[in-house]
Amino acid sequence: MSIEVRIPTILRNYTGGEKAVEAKGDTLQGLIDDLDSRHAGIKGRLITSEGALHRFVNVYVNDEDVRFLGSLEAPLKDGDSVTVLPAVAGG
Amino acid sequence: MLELPKAMVDQVIAHARRDHPDECCGVIAGKDGQATRLFEMDNADRSPTGFTFDSQQWLQVYRDIDDADEDQLVVYHSHTATEAYPSRTDVLWSRTTEFQHWLLVSTRVAEDEVRSFVITDGEVLEEDLRIT
Repeated sequence: MSIEVRIPTILRNYTGGEKAVEAKGDTLQGLIDDLDSRHAGIKGRLITSEGALHRFVNVYVNDEDVRFLGSLEAPLKDGDSVTVLPAVAGG
Repeated sequence: MLELPKAMVDQVIAHARRDHPDECCGVIAGKDGQATRLFEMDNADRSPTGFTFDSQQWLQVYRDIDDADEDQLVVYHSHTATEAYPSRTDVLWSRTTEFQHWLLVSTRVAEDEVRSFVITDGEVLEEDLRIT
């Protein structure tokens, strides 16, 4: 089971500069846990201390925003592609 | 210093006026510091006090810029009741985005007000905006 995760520039300091890395997991939560075991610290940029997906990032599974797919419970399967982007907002 | 073609600045102002009283938002891509393309973004908040890039549109625009080997040069947005100066919310969000410049336009009065800023680690620095 292997899922490609595309990493935005701002988080590539966790992946040794890699634009895309491989990880595994049945759900987005599992994938992020696995990602953090190889790229320590990245989880803290994606998930809040309360355990919710951070509002500062957008995460997409096969180009669909995971907020519409169950957020951290979004199911994943072999061959899926996950993209992380910095969310953009202001006031 | 940020240098932008007059046509792009005019487009930003027109976008801001059109979306008033809600805030508008958008992206200017660049290469080697030179502006190349402007993308008007949908403000998912549709709010007079804030903006959020529509997530689906942002994925497409981000890829488009990345595939063309261009940079995220400018994020622009409007303030509709206050001056064209980054709010505390803007400063907060600047920490997690990749844009080099924050361009603000105010639509609170009839006169155009457009200013450019670099925000580094929460510190706001106004810069010259050169319109060519």
